Amino acid sequence: MYATNEYADIEQKILNEERLTREDGIRLFKCHDIAWLGNMADIVRKKKCGDIVYYNVNCHVNLTNICTSHCKFCAFGKDKDSKGAYAFSVEEAINVVRDAKKDPNLAGLHVVSGLHPDWSFEDYLERLQALHNEFPELYLKGFTGVEITHFSKISGLSIEEVLKKLKAAGLQAIAGGGAEILSDRVRTELCPKKATADEWIEVARTAHKLGIKTNASMLYGHIETIEERVDHLIKLRNLQDETGGLQTFICFPFLPKNTELGQNVRQTSMWDDLRTMAISRLMLDNIKNIKAYWVMLTVPVAQIALGFGANDIDGTVHKETILHDAGATSPTALSEDYIIKIIRDAGRIPAACDCNFNILRRFD
Amino acid sequence: MTEEEIKKARAKAEQGERLSLQDALALYEDNDLLFLASCARKMKEKKSGKNVFYNVNRHINLTNICTSGCPLCAFQCEEGDKRGYVMETEDVARVLEDAKKVRNLGEIHIVSALHPTKDFDYYLNVVRQVKAALPDVDIKAFTPVEVVHFSQMTGKSVKEVLKILKEAGLSSLPGGGAEILNDRVRKEICPKKATTAQWIETIKAAHELGIRTNCSIMYGHIETIEERLQHLFTLRDIQDETGGFQAFIAFPFHPANTQLSHLKRVGSWEDMKMIAMSRLILDNIDHVKAFWIMLTTPLAQLALGFGADDLDGTIGEEKIIHEAGAKTGTGTTRERLRKLITEAGMIPVERDTFYNPIKEAE
Repeated sequence: MYATNEYADIEQKILNEERLTREDGIRLFKCHDIAWLGNMADIVRKKKCGDIVYYNVNCHVNLTNICTSHCKFCAFGKDKDSKGAYAFSVEEAINVVRDAKKDPNLAGLHVVSGLHPDWSFEDYLERLQALHNEFPELYLKGFTGVEITHFSKISGLSIEEVLKKLKAAGLQAIAGGGAEILSDRVRTELCPKKATADEWIEVARTAHKLGIKTNASMLYGHIETIEERVDHLIKLRNLQDETGGLQTFICFPFLPKNTELGQNVRQTSMWDDLRTMAISRLMLDNIKNIKAYWVMLTVPVAQIALGFGANDIDGTVHKETILHDAGATSPTALSEDYIIKIIRDAGRIPAACDCNFNILRRFD
Repeated sequence: MTEEEIKKARAKAEQGERLSLQDALALYEDNDLLFLASCARKMKEKKSGKNVFYNVNRHINLTNICTSGCPLCAFQCEEGDKRGYVMETEDVARVLEDAKKVRNLGEIHIVSALHPTKDFDYYLNVVRQVKAALPDVDIKAFTPVEVVHFSQMTGKSVKEVLKILKEAGLSSLPGGGAEILNDRVRKEICPKKATTAQWIETIKAAHELGIRTNCSIMYGHIETIEERLQHLFTLRDIQDETGGFQAFIAFPFHPANTQLSHLKRVGSWEDMKMIAMSRLILDNIDHVKAFWIMLTTPLAQLALGFGADDLDGTIGEEKIIHEAGAKTGTGTTRERLRKLITEAGMIPVERDTFYNPIKEAE
């Protein structure tokens, strides 16, 4: 239909809803026809998700930025005695949310934090429980596979026990971060101190078994090869075949500013961001939603990404800090009206949802 | 629009057939951005293959003091305003000295305000001065709006004014000042400058004299979608008649610091849609330019996948759009432009004003 002959076989597979192979994925990364790639991803998006685009009215709560893991791609993590280091008390965490509650539509919280050297699992759990007690009407999504692996190590509890306790304290879904690239070569170089690829996958698998849905992500544009990107997507696809518990997939382009790694790596181009989005949509045939995370991508890229396979634009966010420490130039929050407009201008139907993609309000 | 009409329009776009205004409205409403991009990309490849053009140029904005006071403009100011400036002969000379050092400089682009007291000779002498300093560099100068202003000041016809400028060394006209070629819209956004008829008359006169021009649209302010699309058809009709347009440029309106600052800058979706739809509608214009200064570099690069085949130039120092809050840099390098093009899987071609490749560039 549109492709140069070179990709006609892949186009046929996509139109026939056949699964793409690793080799197909690698070839797609060599394709320069971005309009064709986008169009293919958009055709798949239409079939799988229809015209609704999800967003949340949410608030990010980052309990602490003090972190022992010192990942080379991170600008957020700090040592205890560094300038700007903080660790919220229970009251401070509650106050962040109280401020965000000024928006009457606030639906939920996204809680992701550093691996604090002195905090026990109970310290994290106490804060989660307090947020849940104080704001029972807000959904609670939080903690990545990396944090949960850390909790298991510091508490001596199994992953399953940790997850059960978090669930009992009010956690409803697990955030998708910390997957980075699920390759031990890459992780040894960039984030040797935190969860390995297998550990990250094990957390997701266990959560799914307990009926807790999780998100998944990929941090790209640093030292990984194209093959490693494709292998990462296939690992997630295999996990999803097994459990079906992944709700949405998020592409994170690496933001180099203020990171150790950033001195030698240039930021990805919009071109790379959009083709990666499209190829993720095409490879992840069993994950329903693809998120264009505007905080990282910037609003213009996120809006265009809605044509490249994305059907989720994340949320209003309310004071994002992790990525703004890494030089993100996007605003730290967007109004709901603005998110609705971005989605509508792209000809799609905005729908506010909770952390498990239940629709709260839609704007046809 | 009925489903049938949309289907028909999509089929025409896919085949690269000539679109009617009805077809364009149907495609606009259908809003299938990536479909439009695929069709536009095909048309681009028919016209220029894998080539993407850029040039090494310098902008000169002689003055920002302007009698026309257009509500859409953040650049102009009145005489006596502390932002006001006028470049005199020695100021221009300084820029030219600097320009002489630029390797393979291909073009000087001169666009300015309509100054209340500077006469036609002032502008004419700048052209002569540039020609004398840089005899091998093309001079692309004065939008039809300025040419109409010269004609009104001197009492000469537009054609006479153009002849005099051509004799002084002018090679082509830039495409600005077209905004939306509709007098309802112009009355609101630029009531005091060239009307639709005057803009068209000037362009046709230039083409008749063998002066090639560009053309443009300024979209995303008070115009309706129909007015916006009709504008493109007006340009296509002119081109059918004269064949004198080289390139088309779509300018998104930047509202900051203008009298229309209550409006919002349209989104990236709309920008890319305009690039793709322009490529499809303007089937008789060779080149569609993604002007990185206005779009930002990432969107300009993306536009290469949506039908654009020209990134404009290195520029040097841009003033007009930066007054309206553009956050892009004011200049870039040949290497940077070439890299953007290569990364998009296309072939960078350094060009002169007339799209002749400059061989030494590689």
